[in-house]
Amino acid sequence: METVHNLLRESYTICPERVAIVLQSQEADKSISYKELLDRAAAYALQFSQEGIKPGEPVILLLQHGQALIESFIGAIMHGAIPSIMPFLTEKLSPDRYSRSLKSLIEITKPAAIVTYPEFQEQVQQARFEGDSIRAVILFNEVNAAEAWEWDRLSGAQSKPSDVVLLQHSSGTTGLQKGVALSNQAVLQQIEAYARAIQMDSEDVVVSWLPLYHDMGLIAGFIMPLLIRAKLVLMSPFDWVRAPHRLLHSVTQYKGTISWLPNFAYNFSAKKIRDRDLENVDLSSWRAVINCSEPMRHESHLMFYERFQEFGLRREALATCYAMAENVFAVTQGGIEEPVNVEEIDRQALQKDGVALKNPEAAAKVKMVSAGRAIANTQVRIIDPRSRDLPDRHIGEIAIRGACLLEGYFNRPDLTEQAFVDGWYRTGDLGYMAEGELFVTGRQKELIIVGGKNIHPQDLEEIANAIHGAHPGRIVAFGVFNEEIGTEDIILVAESDLSQPDEKADLARRIRDSIAQNSDVTVKKVEVVEREWLIKTSSGKIARGANREKYLSSN
Amino acid sequence: MHDQIASYIATEILKDPQRLIANDEAIISSGLIDSFNLVDLALFIEETFNVRIDDAELTADVFDSIGELVALIQVRQTA
Repeated sequence: METVHNLLRESYTICPERVAIVLQSQEADKSISYKELLDRAAAYALQFSQEGIKPGEPVILLLQHGQALIESFIGAIMHGAIPSIMPFLTEKLSPDRYSRSLKSLIEITKPAAIVTYPEFQEQVQQARFEGDSIRAVILFNEVNAAEAWEWDRLSGAQSKPSDVVLLQHSSGTTGLQKGVALSNQAVLQQIEAYARAIQMDSEDVVVSWLPLYHDMGLIAGFIMPLLIRAKLVLMSPFDWVRAPHRLLHSVTQYKGTISWLPNFAYNFSAKKIRDRDLENVDLSSWRAVINCSEPMRHESHLMFYERFQEFGLRREALATCYAMAENVFAVTQGGIEEPVNVEEIDRQALQKDGVALKNPEAAAKVKMVSAGRAIANTQVRIIDPRSRDLPDRHIGEIAIRGACLLEGYFNRPDLTEQAFVDGWYRTGDLGYMAEGELFVTGRQKELIIVGGKNIHPQDLEEIANAIHGAHPGRIVAFGVFNEEIGTEDIILVAESDLSQPDEKADLARRIRDSIAQNSDVTVKKVEVVEREWLIKTSSGKIARGANREKYLSSN
Repeated sequence: MHDQIASYIATEILKDPQRLIANDEAIISSGLIDSFNLVDLALFIEETFNVRIDDAELTADVFDSIGELVALIQVRQTA
């Protein structure tokens, strides 16, 4: 019976001394073998057992990117519990806001245990409430080494392929209420089909700085290499963002073959790395640099290639992928050992008629980057609002079906039901198919994606609502793509009675500061406008899309 | 030096040239400068004041205000 537990056990038996993960930090790199990793993880599994945590119960991990997070995650799976990583508190985020987010996660997910640091206990305490589900707060430093443990005696050995093996959340209050529950078989089907699509095997070396609470980091940048037995070189996103050249040096040092990056990282790397930091970089081993998790831009690929080709980067290494947590990870893959397909499309026909025409005569053209073909066990359809199939090159909603789909949103049957139509998961993304390849053109839902991170606009609007001088409920947040940085800028428009320019500027600053401290992102611009500026829908709601258009036409 | 740095942050990072930033105001832990802009700030400091800022120094533990950043630059310049 194929489960994640059993595959880990197989690695422990077959190749205990093989290096599973090279963990990079500010100090020296640390190579961790399968035996070391799984022995440590077993200590967590035994601890969960001692604390009376039952298989099938969720546990929340509140730990920074590093060894304890990895070990406790695997330990939970070995025990048969369901791990879920909540992003750790960052230095800018207000502890109060963090506690409130944690509380809402506890309310919906109903975890049996939380794993954290001793210094973080108080934070956890603040988020707890009478009658909550938590039976144990486990401190990572009190988890003692497991002596003479046996795989057979771990309760995870009884896990079935259909059992939920992990939960994934996106960030923010809204995201934390929607835990994507994935079964063993969905995860393993994904890994099998996706590894085939990118021709990945145990000889590959994955180099990643991606956070583990995100599907790209968790699946592509952790679970998949671990189960395939491809070496994983892992650094912290906090170290990478301060020194993006580190990724390139790690690829050089470990002869890295595969990395996944959100689109903005191509711009960021191409523009922000100093020449002096590129000494001795050799990227010739890199065979797949896969752009994923936010809209992919041809220009971003070009600038990345132009900057790094002299360091051995091959053009065929640039690849694309369309992925989502609801399908474990990948839906489609493009550009493996071949150029990514880029089409020039008639802009007017695309915007006016929703049709993607290759018209060389068109006055204005837009470059569309292919996300490639569906992976083996996943099917993709383009549908109209009444769920009818659309022909090739017609833009509609992307719907998917297959063996990797989520079991449901954890403890949210209402959301699960809304997400499916006749067994097809409606992604909320827009796109078209052409000769079997998927092109993603936009989003139907009003999500903002910044640097690969999904941001729900209502979370930002709620923060701004509380600022004195703004009209509660008369605020709208949306994303606007910024070519220079390769990702979206967040714009917020707020109605106010204030009329003096300095008062308006002050309100804008207070809103910006509050969002910086109460969310994972910063707002590029806050526009303070007079009353009745915002457009409402017929039902009286603020229309985000229409207000975005209005803002863009007046700026 | 304060004014040069404050003006760079207000104009280039915040896109709000009128914004005043006090010498002891938290700029990193407050989220005023987000992590994506830290590298920009470091590049600006290096080019303008001809000092080196190490990647590992781009945290609130090393400097969290313009005053602390100025002190760091001055130590480097005299070293």
